Amino acid sequence: MTELAASDPLPKPKRDIAPILLPIALALLMIPLVGSASTWLTLTAASLAMGMMIFIMASGLTLVFGLMDVLNFGHGAFIAVGAYVATLVFAPFAASAQADSLLVNLAVLAPAALLSMAVSGALGLMVERVLILPVYGQHLKQILMTTGGLIVAEQTLYALWGPQIIPMPLPASLRGSFILGDVAIAKYRVLAMLIGLAVFIAIQLVLNRTKLGLLIRAGVENREMVEALGYRIRRLFLGVFMAGSALAGLGGVMWALYREQVHASMSDELTVLIFVVVIIGGLGSIGGCFIGAILVAMVANYGGFLVPKLALVSNILLMVAILMWRPRGLYAVTSR
Amino acid sequence: MMILSGDPPRSRVLTLILVVVILALAATPFLFPGAKALNVAAKICVFAALVASYDLLLGYTGTVSFAHTMFYGIGSYAIAIALYGMGPNWAAVATGIVVGLPLAALLALAIGLFSLRVAAIFFAMITLAVASAFQVLASQLSWLTGGEDGRSFQLPELLRPGTVLISKNLFGFEINGRILTFYLVFAISALMILVLLRVVNSPFGRVLQAIRENRFRAEALGFRTVFHLTYANCLAALVAAGAGILNALWLRYAGPDTSLSFSIMLDILLMVVIGGMGTIYGAIIGATIFILAQNYLQSLMGVASKAASEAGLPVLPGLLHPDRWLLWLGLLFIASVYFFPSGVVGRLRHGGGDKGAGTSH
Repeated sequence: MTELAASDPLPKPKRDIAPILLPIALALLMIPLVGSASTWLTLTAASLAMGMMIFIMASGLTLVFGLMDVLNFGHGAFIAVGAYVATLVFAPFAASAQADSLLVNLAVLAPAALLSMAVSGALGLMVERVLILPVYGQHLKQILMTTGGLIVAEQTLYALWGPQIIPMPLPASLRGSFILGDVAIAKYRVLAMLIGLAVFIAIQLVLNRTKLGLLIRAGVENREMVEALGYRIRRLFLGVFMAGSALAGLGGVMWALYREQVHASMSDELTVLIFVVVIIGGLGSIGGCFIGAILVAMVANYGGFLVPKLALVSNILLMVAILMWRPRGLYAVTSR
Repeated sequence: MMILSGDPPRSRVLTLILVVVILALAATPFLFPGAKALNVAAKICVFAALVASYDLLLGYTGTVSFAHTMFYGIGSYAIAIALYGMGPNWAAVATGIVVGLPLAALLALAIGLFSLRVAAIFFAMITLAVASAFQVLASQLSWLTGGEDGRSFQLPELLRPGTVLISKNLFGFEINGRILTFYLVFAISALMILVLLRVVNSPFGRVLQAIRENRFRAEALGFRTVFHLTYANCLAALVAAGAGILNALWLRYAGPDTSLSFSIMLDILLMVVIGGMGTIYGAIIGATIFILAQNYLQSLMGVASKAASEAGLPVLPGLLHPDRWLLWLGLLFIASVYFFPSGVVGRLRHGGGDKGAGTSH
């Protein structure tokens, strides 16, 4: 071991870049397999957009687990609630949403997204207080309680909005694609990518550059120590839970616009996807979650193009492969 | 006590309820006329066995699996595909059993070895993902499984409703193939529950409980916990596949809605929790309460919903609609996890105390 003088900067922790290279390598590997460059670009853009949306939904779940060891099986409910709340804004302003002006469209889109985030965040507050607080530290009961919460939320949505699928058309100015040569990239996918990237950067900035983020990261690594230093980690956790729920709501709106429809069963379908992402990434790791989301989306898009039959089980295969390589996910943050 | 493996219900009220339920089930063909009553009784038998096998996992080892319907579905589909493909004969039934049971056990072994190797908390998530993939697979491979429509098939001659074994006697009862099938379902379900009772009261069952209470300590005592958990997982899968076979035989049909859907998984969870985790007897109580409610309370909800809509109340008709009965069950589920985690059986045994099994984490 080399000796350090007091004035020397602390040695930088070694960066683990293998997981970052993984999606890049996967994308490059696909060029010869897909064959045509334009198809490959379209597929890659689609994977990145889908991955960003999944990341937005999953980020809250992974932090909640990392920080407080709480496994929320009802996370999908926030997604569905977010999507349904957005329809409340979209329905009365359908005309402005279909107007042929980006500004007018965004004037509908932004409040819809904000309202969704507010409602699912508030719901997160309720769920944390009512369902999770009484069963802190008991995994079995947490799983049961939050599963019950998912049933209740889903059924309430059915009761309030009816069981039918609600169409949610994209605003006029977000339809269509940017055409570059013979490559077509849907406009909405570009927007989704931008929003996803913005969320990722914002989370990274908060986690790495603020005191709040420092506390959250410290809490993920060692909860008791943070408590011993006099911080109320419960309150911190509540904040993270609400933020995570709000992000899930935002993800729900984006996913609904992506699919152009809203249905309460979307929470079931996405819950599985999110779990796969969170497991792949390593519970508690935002970076791992980001890479995991992109990997899942890539496998879904490339797999769906190359071997459509395989797409059904591709997520499971990906998860098995990653866990064989790193049994605790790409980045093992927690000591648990 | 031999037959109960030295683990009696340990509560007078519970014993009484169990005796009444079992006698009522056994006498259903004679006591309650009509096809619906017999269907409900058969469903209670099948689910009692299925839920008991889930209890082995949830209540005795403390692992949450969301893949239990997958094994149930494997059993159902194995027998359905065999009888559909080979025609209604006993060789097909045997083929279904010989293929279905080992397949379920092997899959459980694979999942167990793979996901119990990684962090325990992953198990619930991984089983959920695997089960959903299996469900999609079953509905996509329509050449084999019949897709969303499922597979209807005919039973061997002996078990058909048209086969009259004992014609109408003095009391006006007729023993036909349908009733014979019912007793087949009843007897095999009872047998499987007794076997499970034997398993949980064996030294092996004790180790499972030790793992539930403190996995680290059980490991320190020298038990190979992964081996025990995987073994329990395979046993539970076998019984679940057996229940699936019975279910398919009774319905003469196997499809995604009756044997694979996620809502069946939720039903099983509800039954285990309501009945009482870690008791096996809770499975019988839970299944009886749940299925009776499902079949008879729903129509009551319809009446209430109609009354509410006629009274002009705003949201209530939607909330009380018979299709929304899961909403109320979900609330009941949360309440029972919260207020009496030891379920009906735990309540009856400990007089309201919270000392029952299944409160671990």
